[in-house]
Amino acid sequence: MKSLKLIGLAFGASLALSSAAFAQDVTVAVAGPMTGGESAFGRQMKNGAEMAVADINAAGGVNGKKLALNAEDDACDPKQARSVAEKIAGAKIPFVAGHFCSSSSIPASEAYADGNVLQITPASTNPLFTERKLWNVARVCGRDDQQGLIAAQYIAKNYKGKNIAILNDKTTYGKGLADETKKALNKAGITEKMYESYNKGDKDFNAIVSRLKKENVELVYVGGYHQEAGLILRQMRDQGMKTVLMSGDALADKEYASITGPAGEGTLFTFGPDPRNKPTAKKIVEAFKAKGIDPEGYTLYTYAALQVWTQAVKKAGTTDAKKVMETIKAGKWDTVLGPIEIDAKGDLKQIDYVVYKWDAKGNYAELGAKGS
Amino acid sequence: MDYFAQQLINGLVLGSIYGLIAIGYTMVYGIVGMINFAHGDVFMIGGFIALITFLILISLGLTAIPVILLVVLLVSMAITALYGWTIERIAYRPLRHSFRLAPMLSAIGMSFVLTNYSQVAQGARVKPIPPFITGGYTLHESQDGFVIQLSNIQIMVVITTIVLLAIFTWLVSRTRLGRDMRACEQDQTMAALLGVNVDRTISMTFVIGAALAAVAGLMYLLYYGLVDFFMGFVAGIKAFTAAVLGGIGSLPGAMLGGLAIGLIETFWSAYFSVEYKDVAAFSILIVVLIFMPTGLLGRPEVEKV
Repeated sequence: MKSLKLIGLAFGASLALSSAAFAQDVTVAVAGPMTGGESAFGRQMKNGAEMAVADINAAGGVNGKKLALNAEDDACDPKQARSVAEKIAGAKIPFVAGHFCSSSSIPASEAYADGNVLQITPASTNPLFTERKLWNVARVCGRDDQQGLIAAQYIAKNYKGKNIAILNDKTTYGKGLADETKKALNKAGITEKMYESYNKGDKDFNAIVSRLKKENVELVYVGGYHQEAGLILRQMRDQGMKTVLMSGDALADKEYASITGPAGEGTLFTFGPDPRNKPTAKKIVEAFKAKGIDPEGYTLYTYAALQVWTQAVKKAGTTDAKKVMETIKAGKWDTVLGPIEIDAKGDLKQIDYVVYKWDAKGNYAELGAKGS
Repeated sequence: MDYFAQQLINGLVLGSIYGLIAIGYTMVYGIVGMINFAHGDVFMIGGFIALITFLILISLGLTAIPVILLVVLLVSMAITALYGWTIERIAYRPLRHSFRLAPMLSAIGMSFVLTNYSQVAQGARVKPIPPFITGGYTLHESQDGFVIQLSNIQIMVVITTIVLLAIFTWLVSRTRLGRDMRACEQDQTMAALLGVNVDRTISMTFVIGAALAAVAGLMYLLYYGLVDFFMGFVAGIKAFTAAVLGGIGSLPGAMLGGLAIGLIETFWSAYFSVEYKDVAAFSILIVVLIFMPTGLLGRPEVEKV
């Protein structure tokens, strides 16, 4: 009975998809976590994509055809992402803006590659996404390893000659971040006093904190997530230390401040600049606000992903994924995020990270252009 | 030297928390002869109940810290004890006379139930509280600027542990309930024949173990400032190791084992590498068990005929 229902559902879904594809429109998809714990981000992506499609259609569509949008839910689950990808590929949709989680984008990309679907992610920053030499992937957000460069630049500028320590949590994300920062720091002539790893999920960092104290470390760079970083900071303050903690974009989470309390003041982290503040986004942000939507987080990144694809399709004169991808990698595209160029792997050519700082009230803000 | 002293403090506090949880393992093993794998999760439940009580009291407008602490302590002990009693009643008692592995499997299942129940009821994210007990003392400052810091919460954790250990040692060795417990430990059938209510005694053991786990959960919440649904697993494994190292079935042994694991982890992280601290702790466990199969303070089990 259950399997019957499932077949019915699948049949209905394929009907819905094919009916959209049979129309004169070109159907594109946005895929992300529309349900589940990360559904706030999925909603942002859907808002961005819907607005982009409406704007593109208002401006005449692409190559004489209107765009239609399909929103698909992966719930940030790799298995579901894969089946969503197969569904999209089966419906011969030429382009998908998605997914959100790197762990969804990566398995899905293989199904898209087989099914001739072009994939641009607005949010997945894991280097692996573009490092597997797939022809069909690109992103309009930064890469985790680029953060290390920016962090190292900041440290080299403000903490030269002082004691630095680097910690990591042994995860793909955390270790990658710590290693890139270390590489860039060593290149700049700074050698860290200490390089250690801890286990993600640990709660007691007192031993390592005492070691930092012994080495008189003034800045500790943590390649890891906000929970452990928050605990390390809290235990440093408990042991009477004033060491500054610096980390990556995982700290852009209000939960960090609720773990540290006011002690989190002064913590630094790298994160993409808020696209809402960019001059290129001004008009579109107003259009969103007029509809009662705050284009926060990944809304504008998704908007930009659709812009890149549409412009490339116009230039290439076809929606064939392979030809469009060649065009994307060769050109320069005007988006809501500013001009975008994409390299042969599918990564952004420009580095899109800045340093943020937490204040005592539990908010973070971009550091001034001076970097101080 | 100062560095050593600071690490010693770190290790003692961590070891105290392990010890508090380990007592629950060791008590149940001593009396029922089973490993209560759900105990780590009962500890996690205790932490959550403490957190919820805190939030309720603060939202009621209470500000006197000693009053809040006392109420939180009592409420979390009471409710967690109820959990302990219920778990024994529904998951272990029906299987008590079944084959030996049955209650252990039931305990593992219970552990999953509690973990997933908290995840569904409370969400998967960590639940932090703002730093509640702050401040501390600078014990010593050396010439190169290294200070030995002892925080109030660390003092509180260690004192609570010592006091509780004293109370429970007294309870087991001097009271009627303690005598019943020791009788059940030696021979349940004989104890029943002599008028000891075995069911009630075993229930009480679980209630006391759960109440202790609640205290550990509260200390954990205050010391680290957060709880999450998965914290019972790692803490439970460590505490179980501590109980085995100290000699399972022995109360002072559990405490000693907890302190040993805490100190080994801390000093290994302090002088070698943080990465291999668990490897160090478990290696020492293996070495100890090779030379002292019953643990540090355990008595060799006499086969009952």
